[in-house]
Amino acid sequence: MLYREAGDFKTSYVKDSQTFPIKADRMAYFALLAVAFGVVPFLINDYWANAVFVPFLIYAIAAIGLNILTGYCGQVSLGTGGFMAVGAYAVYKLMTTFPDVPILIHVLLAGGVTAIVGVLFGLPSLRIKGFYLAVATLAAQFFLVWLFNKVPWFYNYSASGQITAPERTMFGIAVTGASTPAWAKYLFCLVILVALAWLARNLTRGMIGRKWMAIRDMDIAAEIIGVNPLTTKLSAFAVSSFFIGVSGALFFAVYLGAAEVGEAFGINKSFLILFMVIIGGLGSMFGSFAGAAFLVLLPVLLKNVLVGGLGWPTDLAAHIELMIVGGLIIVFLILEPHGLAQLWRVAKEKLRLWPFPH
Amino acid sequence: MKKTFTMLAAAAIAATTAAPALADLVVPNLSYRTGPFAAGGIPYADGFNDYFTLLNERDGGIGGEKVVVPECETAYNTEKGVECYEATKGQGALVYNPLSTGITYQLIPKVSADGIPLYTPGYGRTSAANGKIFQWVFNYPANYWDGASVAVKHLLDQNGGNLEGKKIALLYHNSAYGKEPIRTLQELSKKHGFTLSEIPIDSPGQEQKSQWLQVRRDKPDYVLFWGWGVMNSVAVQEAANIRFPMENFIGIWWSGSENDVLPAGDGANGYKALTFNGVGGDYPVYADLKKYVFDAGKASGAGDQSGSVIYSRGMYAAVIISEAIRKAQELAGTPKVNAAQVRDGFEALEITDARLEELGLKGFGQAFAASCGDHGGAGGAMVQQWDAAAKKWNLISGFIEPDHEVLDPLVAEDSAAFAAENNIAERCN
Amino acid sequence: MPDQLLYAIEVSLNGLMAGIMYSLVALGFVLIFKASGIFNYAQGVLALFAALTLVGLQQGQIPFSHVINAIFGTDLHSFGWTLPSVVAIALTALVMVGMAWLIERLVLKHLVNQEPIILFMATIGLAYFLEGLGDVMWGADIKKLDVGLPQGINETIDAVTFNAFGYGFFIDNLDIIAAFVAAALVLSLTLFSQYTKYGRALRAVADDHQAALSVGISLRFIWVLVWSIAGFVALVAGIMWGSKSGVQFSLSLIALKALPVLMLGGFTSIPGAIVGGLIIGMGEKLFEFFAGPLIGGATENWFAYVLALLFLVFRPQGLFGEKIIERV
Repeated sequence: MLYREAGDFKTSYVKDSQTFPIKADRMAYFALLAVAFGVVPFLINDYWANAVFVPFLIYAIAAIGLNILTGYCGQVSLGTGGFMAVGAYAVYKLMTTFPDVPILIHVLLAGGVTAIVGVLFGLPSLRIKGFYLAVATLAAQFFLVWLFNKVPWFYNYSASGQITAPERTMFGIAVTGASTPAWAKYLFCLVILVALAWLARNLTRGMIGRKWMAIRDMDIAAEIIGVNPLTTKLSAFAVSSFFIGVSGALFFAVYLGAAEVGEAFGINKSFLILFMVIIGGLGSMFGSFAGAAFLVLLPVLLKNVLVGGLGWPTDLAAHIELMIVGGLIIVFLILEPHGLAQLWRVAKEKLRLWPFPH
Repeated sequence: MKKTFTMLAAAAIAATTAAPALADLVVPNLSYRTGPFAAGGIPYADGFNDYFTLLNERDGGIGGEKVVVPECETAYNTEKGVECYEATKGQGALVYNPLSTGITYQLIPKVSADGIPLYTPGYGRTSAANGKIFQWVFNYPANYWDGASVAVKHLLDQNGGNLEGKKIALLYHNSAYGKEPIRTLQELSKKHGFTLSEIPIDSPGQEQKSQWLQVRRDKPDYVLFWGWGVMNSVAVQEAANIRFPMENFIGIWWSGSENDVLPAGDGANGYKALTFNGVGGDYPVYADLKKYVFDAGKASGAGDQSGSVIYSRGMYAAVIISEAIRKAQELAGTPKVNAAQVRDGFEALEITDARLEELGLKGFGQAFAASCGDHGGAGGAMVQQWDAAAKKWNLISGFIEPDHEVLDPLVAEDSAAFAAENNIAERCN
Repeated sequence: MPDQLLYAIEVSLNGLMAGIMYSLVALGFVLIFKASGIFNYAQGVLALFAALTLVGLQQGQIPFSHVINAIFGTDLHSFGWTLPSVVAIALTALVMVGMAWLIERLVLKHLVNQEPIILFMATIGLAYFLEGLGDVMWGADIKKLDVGLPQGINETIDAVTFNAFGYGFFIDNLDIIAAFVAAALVLSLTLFSQYTKYGRALRAVADDHQAALSVGISLRFIWVLVWSIAGFVALVAGIMWGSKSGVQFSLSLIALKALPVLMLGGFTSIPGAIVGGLIIGMGEKLFEFFAGPLIGGATENWFAYVLALLFLVFRPQGLFGEKIIERV
């Protein structure tokens, strides 16, 4: 009744092909942005920023990045953790070498560095496909982690090999370092996320996105109709790595503040982000957000309910939490194999027809 | 579906906002009972909890104030550690003890900004021993560099004070934690004339054949070992396999628990490890623990860890924290202390042998006195040796003092670098 | 012979042995991938679960005792028996069969005909679930697994090589046993798939699902069968690795050592898993031996993947994988 497209007439092609063609969707989107920018920063405290919002925003960037590569271009990658590490170490080196440049520029440059590394490790994709490629990208993961652990230049020769983000500011407000206010962290990540999501959305529905999808659906057929697999696959690696590099830079500089490569950017991170993308829905912008939310928020939520709400011992709660997350993944899959995004799509479809389903 | 979600969400929000009565002393326990390092995390957390339970049951808390120990699971994961820190900090946490070098590095800037002391006995950032730079961090009674020095001292004792021409191999966890002793050992090798070879093992360390074949080929006289988790038990097993003389194989305190040697059976006999606290159940405090905690059914976890090495270490951390709180209450003149007052308590803390005896822990730890500049304590550690037949660790030395002459400049250098990076001015002058 | 050469030979031999240990884990992946096209992320956790169950049964631990104690305030820990290893292994194998049946019932049945990536994701869920379940059932502390396998240096080889070359080679007894076990496993799997009715059905399904269905082979039964076998292989891998390092969470990470083996040997080939294991094991150990001292050691983890990657560039389907034929 409330959610429908009847009466929502489009008079131009531009309007017809906009991201949210349905008015209610558009309004909801703007309302969400308004809340995110106008309300949340005033309410947010350290706990909500550090436990929920900031990791969610950063993981969403990484998930969008991986979704471009895996969901849109069909190249399964397990090197995400390694690429995030590239972003983190790039931003660290830049921050400490050029302390006076605004941090935003460093973060974007770190993304650029990661894009170059990503293209390099994307080269095997021209030969190798499917799960074989996934395992091949693990080579990148392990090699990069080893490299950052081994070469002292990357961590400025500190005694233990940890990197620590010094305080850097934007417009005179600390964005990194310990004294950063919660809202500043949140807003900084939010602005970058919104900008990058907008970029990704428009890339994926433009020519380059169509090329990616052609390669994903069948690379030989795509080649025959004139899509160059070399530039297409490598551009996907570059764009995806840029996103992942930015998220890695934020993850280290804004969220963690100090990092150790094997622990913060290990193989688990690669799997985690791949899980987000698959659970959220491959080839869907909404899916990247939904997947990140699912895997960031659900454990926190479960922990709070089981330990805080029901008063269980923490170890039992942690084990049961694993079982619930695993069980939910399976249940969602059986209900809807194409991820949360598809579930959302089906729900909207039903809502549009409601209350007259026929 | 939706309804259950809303209910869950509501419960979660209720849970996160509910704060305990503010009058209590809150000492969060960031533990890990799951994940790859659970075998070490479980006994530590149990020892930590049980001692505070004992204080509550027997003495009614510290200075009449009950101690609340909210436990939060980190799974040795830095992100979860941050989440736990933020979740518990709002409850009025007085001190943090995360038992993870990674989480410690994470928290050092945060606690300094929030004004909550961080207590990292025997782990974490070594140069935090310099209280002039690290106002909020305490790592007495001993740190990794002390450990490295004590191990070398022990070897000196065995060789009549001369290590000239000996070969020592350092086998280490390839991470911040494992790399800690390298610089110290390099300095010591210059001083004492032994050759040092560094052999890294990647985490988790299930497959160490290459490393041990190297040990077998190079035939070092001694192997020092910085491992954690499954790496420990595999290393002990492999050392036994290549028939390396176990009495020449010395682990740091985190590589010397029952878990690490039991899987290797008889082969582990004679393996040595350092420890900065006493082990075993012979201390009088265990009688009280049994009476007030175990028999009352209030033990933490499964209640089967009592007296084990890491349990004792968790208990030791709790002992020091409770003594620091007691000191803080004394200084502040009120039992209701806040985090800043507890910090002062840590800084003024003096543990004497007499006090330890009063606590039923005679000889359990080394006597030390902290000061504004010294957050690192005396740094002594004992050597313990595994007796596989009796399945127990025996202390084979008293507290051995580290070589302050070598360590102090290193600490000063590293903390100065941190101070320069973060624009911190020296205090205490 | 010069020392360096002797050392290199010793390192290679040990590499081969380590490779066989990797192969044991890789075999489980291959079996399931071959029969159902599922990349089973849960294989490592399956090995952990099997090893936990084995230890638990052997020592008469009460499953879920921690939960029961937490809820009812009881103090249960043990049934107070110790089973002989053989009985415990047999019982664990039964548990793994039951688990295969449950997995088919509750998960796979509902996901027939889905894309590989969806099935992959289901196994992720399964991995999480089993990890939690294993901990809840048997506890997260480290356990000693002892089924009477000998460990330590093989004296005979040491003595013989010492007399011949003046330097005794180190070979671990456990590794030698693992080699025999792997050989027996591969032999029996081959015999099973070549000469039994179910083996033939298995191969038919691996060849073509739909054709197999059309001649009356029950896909669901085959899935239960193949997951049971994979569960059994996981149990064997769990025993071998568990004897080495004790049983706890880290055991599930051995899957990471099996992945390069898998990709080098090909996802669909049982001999590939063995040969791949040998190449990876020897390659990574030799690289560590020669290059490790120069570039700082701990190279094995990434070098295994890089080695596999090099092979893949020339044979994108792995050494023994089925040739990928693409049609438009």
